[in-house]
Amino acid sequence: MKRRGQRKLHQLSVFRSIKYILSILLAVSAYQSTSIAAEIHEPMRPYWSFEGPLGKFERASLQRGYQVYTEVCSGCHSMDLLSYRNLIQPGGPEFSEKQAKAMAAMFEVETGPDQDGEMFMRPAILSDKFVSPWENEQQARAANGGAYPPDLSVIVKARPNGADYIYSLLLGYKDAPEGTDLDDGVYYNEYAKGMRIAMPQVLYEDGVEYTDGTAATEEQMAHDVTTFLTWSAEPKLEERKRMGFKVIIYLLILAFLFYFTNKAIWKDSH
Amino acid sequence: MSTDYEPKSAVAKWIDKRLPIVTLFNGHLMQYPTPKNLNYWWTFGGILTFCLVTQIITGLVLAMHYIADAELAFSSVEHIMRDVNYGWLLRYIHANGASMFFIAVYIHMARSLFYGSYKEPRELIWIIGVFIFLLMIATAFMGYVLPWGQMSFWGATVITNLFSAIPVFGESITNWLWGGYSVGSPLLTRFFTLHYLLPFLIFGLVILHVWALHVPGNNNPEGIDVVQGSQDTVPFHPHYVVKDVFALIVFMIVFAGFVFFTPNLLGHTDNYIQANPLQTPEHIVPEWYFLPFYAILRAIPDKLGGVIMMVSAIAILAFLPWLDTSKVRSAKYRPLFKQFYWIFLANFLLLGYLGAQPAEGIYVIISRIATIYYFVHFVVILPVLGFVEKTKPLPKSISEPVLNEKERAAKAASA
Repeated sequence: MKRRGQRKLHQLSVFRSIKYILSILLAVSAYQSTSIAAEIHEPMRPYWSFEGPLGKFERASLQRGYQVYTEVCSGCHSMDLLSYRNLIQPGGPEFSEKQAKAMAAMFEVETGPDQDGEMFMRPAILSDKFVSPWENEQQARAANGGAYPPDLSVIVKARPNGADYIYSLLLGYKDAPEGTDLDDGVYYNEYAKGMRIAMPQVLYEDGVEYTDGTAATEEQMAHDVTTFLTWSAEPKLEERKRMGFKVIIYLLILAFLFYFTNKAIWKDSH
Repeated sequence: MSTDYEPKSAVAKWIDKRLPIVTLFNGHLMQYPTPKNLNYWWTFGGILTFCLVTQIITGLVLAMHYIADAELAFSSVEHIMRDVNYGWLLRYIHANGASMFFIAVYIHMARSLFYGSYKEPRELIWIIGVFIFLLMIATAFMGYVLPWGQMSFWGATVITNLFSAIPVFGESITNWLWGGYSVGSPLLTRFFTLHYLLPFLIFGLVILHVWALHVPGNNNPEGIDVVQGSQDTVPFHPHYVVKDVFALIVFMIVFAGFVFFTPNLLGHTDNYIQANPLQTPEHIVPEWYFLPFYAILRAIPDKLGGVIMMVSAIAILAFLPWLDTSKVRSAKYRPLFKQFYWIFLANFLLLGYLGAQPAEGIYVIISRIATIYYFVHFVVILPVLGFVEKTKPLPKSISEPVLNEKERAAKAASA
């Protein structure tokens, strides 16, 4: 009896000492990672209607967001993956077909060749992709001091913290603290990597005049355009969450049934 | 395989005489005598089959819309997400399915390690399993390259560059793999081809895996042989069919949780940026399921050495049946092994954590210690344990411990 007890104690101490070493190592590495993380500003966490298992886009916000994109962002940023027809699809801004056609017609696209072999310009139609502000990357860089404004189609999914980050970045412009060296064409932004960014502040109060009469504060515009960009990155978000809810309920019921079937089958086998 | 299937109709008799396929399935999926004490850790074999079939079916449809070309791959994936009917669903199932596949295979392997399922007479089942795991790694890696995002491109660059560590022929082999002088369209096309092929090879190995399993029959939590023709076994159907389906549904709930509510949680945000050969991401990290092996690769200061160690970390598994010298299978009866088992698992998770950290400072040192421990477990601890460990007495049959528990419960109830 006594011998067994001793052996157990011995085994336990082996286990314990290794556990101690591991926990010390983990603590040290955790400390290291927090010290690295301290250099990056955690983004703001505003309320988003599309978060949560049953989240939906706010239709009016998507429509305002499109307005902010076209009037402010689209001067420099393309959205190559979107077509004007997407604007009328369910789960999106859901403009009427007439509205979307008018919005598309504000842009010109090159098409052709015609019978004489010449390319020509025509107003964009629903099936056209969003018209890019640039002919090519070189032109975009030349116009932006060497920096390339990224395409915004999936930008929310392409950045850690997605919508929170984009929202924070748009509102993160501050006066640089004294002694900060900023090159020409580089701006100070609390949420940008290294607190420096080549994009100037673009959102100013009343920078757009919302057609629905909403007051265009900086926060409102940032919120709307980020909502729009979240939709453009994930146009099937609403459908996905709705379907997911049904699928999970269905599976839960099925699991419930199989649990009791299983129990009944095994009743006499032990 | 014993079967009591008797074809009844004339057509069934005609077929069965020429191709006894119904008899075969009846024997292997219905009558198959299975130990009655298998716990839920044994349901992952079925779950893995489900994962493989799901990946093949969703992959097949995705391949109908995907374009394996460096210029078009990224936008063709977005075309699937936006314009193909339920394309977003197929792609999210396929992408998260890979992660679920690896969660299941790691649990399946951990179960094998705990209950000694790799030991005599089941060595070949285990070795075939190691080959399946290898093919899974290759398939998943090549699949991750296909969307042609930043992580796809740079992950492919890092891993294919490993071949350049081979002495003398390294560079020519790498160029041959690439089909050029850098990662580009030729590599993408061949990865797509292989990514399509390998799952079918996995499927073939799975058939061998199950075939080999059905010769000695399942191991079980007690790790002892079943007494043939006794109360120890139950027919596979309905007992384990229904139990496996129940476990599968629970697994699918978790799966659906990822697919429908956080479909990009397990991916990397950089992979939504189109591949750019001129811009290296800050940290190149592989998918989460490769992280432990990635940590081993980086722990070694020498490139060739790192590659050798990483490959060895997987290859050593194939020798496990002989490295573990203990005749007792189940950790239930191996008090010392049981502790080292959990330490090994903790160390493996630690390696996974380290694989996600930048290769600098303290992380490198811990990675090295954890890498050494990984191998020490296999080449020192397991062989030695078999000789020094005093194992607990084994029950005479599967029914014995069950009865004992019942008796104990009865006594406790009457007291």
